[in-house]
Amino acid sequence: MEIVVGSLLNGLVYGMLLFMLASGLTLIFSMMGVLNFAHASIYMLGAYFAYEISRWAGFVPALILAPILCGAIGAAIEIWGLRRVHHNGHIAELLFTFGLVFIIQRGLQMIWGMLPMPYRVPPALDFALFTMYGANFPAYRGFMLLVSAGMLLAIYLLLKKTRIGLIIQAALTHPNMVSALGHNVPVVFTTVFAGGCLLAGLAGVIGGNYLTTESSMADAMGPIVFVVVVFGGLGSLGGCFVASIIMGMIQTFAVVFDYTLGDLLVPLGVSVGGDNLLGEILTVPMARIGPLLPYAMMILMLLFRPRGLLGTRDT
Amino acid sequence: MSEATPATVAIGAKPMGRAWLWWGALLLLALVLPWMFYDWTTGRHSGFMISMLSQAGMMVIFALSYNMLMGQAGLLSFCHAVFFGMGGYTVIHLLSSIGAGDIGIPMEVVPLFGGLAGLGMAIVFGYMATKQRATAFAMITMGIGELLATASVMFHHFFGGEGGITTDRMIDRSLFGLTYAQGIQVYYLIIGWTVISVVGMYFLTQTPLGRMANACRDNFERAQFVGYDPKIVRFVQFALSGLFAGIGGGLYAITYEIVTFDAMAGPLSANALLMAYIGGTTVFAGPILGAVLITVLQSGVSLLSNSWLVYVGVLFITMVTFVPTGLAGIVMAHGPIHKAGQLGRLTVPYLRLLVPGVALLLGFIGLVELLSFLTIGAAQGKKLSLFGAPIDVNAFQPWAIVAVCVLGGAGWLRIESKAFNRVWEQVTADVKARELLR
Repeated sequence: MEIVVGSLLNGLVYGMLLFMLASGLTLIFSMMGVLNFAHASIYMLGAYFAYEISRWAGFVPALILAPILCGAIGAAIEIWGLRRVHHNGHIAELLFTFGLVFIIQRGLQMIWGMLPMPYRVPPALDFALFTMYGANFPAYRGFMLLVSAGMLLAIYLLLKKTRIGLIIQAALTHPNMVSALGHNVPVVFTTVFAGGCLLAGLAGVIGGNYLTTESSMADAMGPIVFVVVVFGGLGSLGGCFVASIIMGMIQTFAVVFDYTLGDLLVPLGVSVGGDNLLGEILTVPMARIGPLLPYAMMILMLLFRPRGLLGTRDT
Repeated sequence: MSEATPATVAIGAKPMGRAWLWWGALLLLALVLPWMFYDWTTGRHSGFMISMLSQAGMMVIFALSYNMLMGQAGLLSFCHAVFFGMGGYTVIHLLSSIGAGDIGIPMEVVPLFGGLAGLGMAIVFGYMATKQRATAFAMITMGIGELLATASVMFHHFFGGEGGITTDRMIDRSLFGLTYAQGIQVYYLIIGWTVISVVGMYFLTQTPLGRMANACRDNFERAQFVGYDPKIVRFVQFALSGLFAGIGGGLYAITYEIVTFDAMAGPLSANALLMAYIGGTTVFAGPILGAVLITVLQSGVSLLSNSWLVYVGVLFITMVTFVPTGLAGIVMAHGPIHKAGQLGRLTVPYLRLLVPGVALLLGFIGLVELLSFLTIGAAQGKKLSLFGAPIDVNAFQPWAIVAVCVLGGAGWLRIESKAFNRVWEQVTADVKARELLR
């Protein structure tokens, strides 16, 4: 029981972090058709910026400034990069962001070096919030939940209650109609791209010290975020949210359970083992299969339901 | 790549007389090149050259097979290394079995089995991936790539985990009595298979399948009206490209006698994309150019500089933004002008482009190197020096020079490129007018 509750909370924290990244990506992808490969790189930039700012000015300024910086970088990428290649089609835009991944990663290494950054949880939040079944729940995780819940609320209000939100929502499903109605779609695109990057930066700020701030953090996070976006479905923030939480839960629960495929066969009276390939596949513990599950689920989803969990149109 | 790309068609329709000459010259160069670096005093080949040329050979196969998807079928794949790696792992196991005397297959045929392994994998995963196209296809292949790369670290029996698996290529079975103890013999084996693969892939573009792949790339709905199922066309094209990638992987295994997780993982798939795109996806020979260029740069520059990836990234982004047809595309664009005898008119504008271009390039390289020596180089205890003279990366002067080069070069290049565009448009308009008059 304690494992289940603990994993539920951890899965929720990780899932919310994923959602913070994936929500921006899904907005950008559904609206502009651009699969932003550099999204996780922006997240990494956010973490590095936050580390640098918190060294000079403390955590609170970092929490505000680093995402804004990331948003500005996103706007710059959209205006000077993507808009130029737009007439060559979506694949060209995808390739452009793909090239950015290399530059950002190596550029970061050139500026901050190859070693992980000592970006730590701020001391003011470094205590146990409550103790449950003998295990502490760090206050910082509670803070992460708070920030991501606040972000969720902010996005919801922005999209549902404001005029720009209405236009964005409309552009999600009917981009051509929106431009036909006389809205300046490029400006909306820039706003959404910058907003998505801002959210990614925010995720970097609060995720960078929860996980580790290092130059491979984008590689670790990027594919999972794609999985979330595809799994949740295009044009649906709700689907994206559900998918984020599911993926967060899968990742944390897979680590805890120590079952193997072979264990499933035991009730059937079959026992496996042996030093061969089949035996190895059947005796690999769940904890090690964990990293495979998201990709397998994404492939299955694309095969049988290309529009994703709650998506409104095909990927 | 949903746009029409007439260059591919034009190449196929051209009479082949002159082209064969070029291909022959290229092959001759590949055969002779190692001997140009042969050290006659010691009687040894340059190991660096041989390994670089071998690498280039297998990368040519790999990049061309990638272009069967990207250029010819318009499919952006992120799992191409899976087939390369699978071919590699299979050949390693095969070589070990032959070495142990279990199976008797001559060395010359062994890469084919790598190809068959690639084909098998491509049939299994192609069945899933090719149901979709465009972005959905790209995402499925990314999932497949990550899935297999993760699995390859997990299952030790076949993949050997993180350390990979090794073998000994001296199996003493050869059609020509070769031992393959020396790198040069392996190099000629690679050249042989590269020729077979290049010829095979070239003739595939001439078959109805190759043409239908082009049609499905340009307009898959109209291809359906003609009576072909685009899914089947994509599937067959995908499977065959897996075959050739597997051959490349087999040669990799023979050359290095070790295959690790790297031969299967994302960065190699990305490399295939970079090589094909930078070389030019619209021309058959483009990926060859890209593969050779990237391999040479990779072996050369990565020895000199820490910042190899930045250069590749910037080159790639520049290509995507300004030259979507790749290097070969630039060359091909000069074809009609050359035919009309108007190439001379472009010489002066090109020279005028060259000066600010070189300034910008050198400035950019200087900037990157200064930055990287400030951090990574300092951590490695290296010092930056130019022509033997040490440069202090903390001083103001080098940074100022570099900044002037970059900003001045960029500004000047902008002005010059506008002037160049005017000349270029005039020349192409003239050439077109002449063709109409004829």
